[in-house]
Amino acid sequence: MPAILSIPEAVAQIKDGSTVMIGGFMTCGAPTGLIAELARRHVRDLTLITNDTGVQGDGVGMLISADAVTRVIASHIGTNPETGRRMIDGRIHVELVPQGTLAERIRCAGAGLGGVLTPTGVGTIVAQGKQELVVDGRTYLLETPLRADVALIKAWKGDRKGNLVYRRSARNFNPLMAMAADLVIAEVEEIVEVGVLDPDQVMTPGIFVDVMVRSVSRHD
Amino acid sequence: MTDEQKRKIIAHRIAQELSHGDVVNLGIGLPTLVASFIPPGVDVVFQSENGFVGLGPDPAPGKEDPDLVNAGGKPVTILPGGAFFDSALSFAIIRGGHVDVTVLGALEVDAWGNLASWMIPGKMVPGMGGAMDLVVGAKKVIVATSHTTKDGQPKLLEKCRLPLTAVHEVDLVVTELGVFRPGGGTMILLERHPAFSVEQIRELTGAPLEPAPELKDMPLPAAV
Repeated sequence: MPAILSIPEAVAQIKDGSTVMIGGFMTCGAPTGLIAELARRHVRDLTLITNDTGVQGDGVGMLISADAVTRVIASHIGTNPETGRRMIDGRIHVELVPQGTLAERIRCAGAGLGGVLTPTGVGTIVAQGKQELVVDGRTYLLETPLRADVALIKAWKGDRKGNLVYRRSARNFNPLMAMAADLVIAEVEEIVEVGVLDPDQVMTPGIFVDVMVRSVSRHD
Repeated sequence: MTDEQKRKIIAHRIAQELSHGDVVNLGIGLPTLVASFIPPGVDVVFQSENGFVGLGPDPAPGKEDPDLVNAGGKPVTILPGGAFFDSALSFAIIRGGHVDVTVLGALEVDAWGNLASWMIPGKMVPGMGGAMDLVVGAKKVIVATSHTTKDGQPKLLEKCRLPLTAVHEVDLVVTELGVFRPGGGTMILLERHPAFSVEQIRELTGAPLEPAPELKDMPLPAAV
């Protein structure tokens, strides 16, 4: 069963130099309570694996502005100009990954696979340094798994066994990241008793979740 | 022509390319406008790569839901019969050939069907987001772009100079001046804006231009 902790207790487990996956698409489905606390704690030298870097000062953007990040693996940084400025200054190294490839690389890590073959990026700078394989006449890139020390995810409802349900388009990368990190911390809007969630509705089985915290935001 | 007129001409013309039942992904900006011009009786399903099908119109003021946004992060709605999913399934839909048409913008597009849309080295590096997967995976790739840059430079080229989004994937290019098909080093002009001659369009195009034998007038929206 996951531990149910306060946000500061949960975030205290994240150390300098960690690789941290953070769910969400801009601020939609991002665990903003956990991110805000992490930004406050002056953690340094994080590698972030995330779809985007939020917007300036919100979502993952809080960590960028707090000088907590030296490396970003993301599909898009354009919504937060601060990330671009730091990339040009050489303060943050950014690896841009096509969004579908990012999702599959995270899924691979969680699913015990050694990589995925994708046609996306063939013939572009994304292919540089990557192995190409031809299967049935079509060229694919070998994209390798992305794993993290910690995943910070956001769910709508969770029961005390850690079973999670996401809401609307806030699901995005959250269920994939829940499978691909050593420590999975879920920020949950509503924590319910075991048995309240119908097993048919569960989107992330509780066995993936190590820690749950109560979210500050809530939808009824 | 004002920018707004150009956008309407392009979006209106692309809407005619959509067929009843198509699964369609529209990029941010000008491509989103295509949804406003879909002919009556044509029912398409819009996919939003951040994780759902059944994308509906903008919400009424005050009805925005922060958990329901499009791929640009803007509040949207979902229609009855829609479905949510995670990012891996969303891109399985895209790469797996389950999207019939994708419409997206361009920095440059060339006569070989190559597209550059995601970075200008040293200047603008927002990232590719979902564009590389969409262009590789969708059955039909339509580029929606103004014919020239703000400085009047051609965006339709013989060969893209900027880093590519994908190679040989573009099926159709629609600008305010016409409809073009990349044809192995030549831009084939399929339709032209009736107010512009082939010569005028050629002067504004950075690739060899060849009018199709069956060259037609481009249909224009009623209100332009």
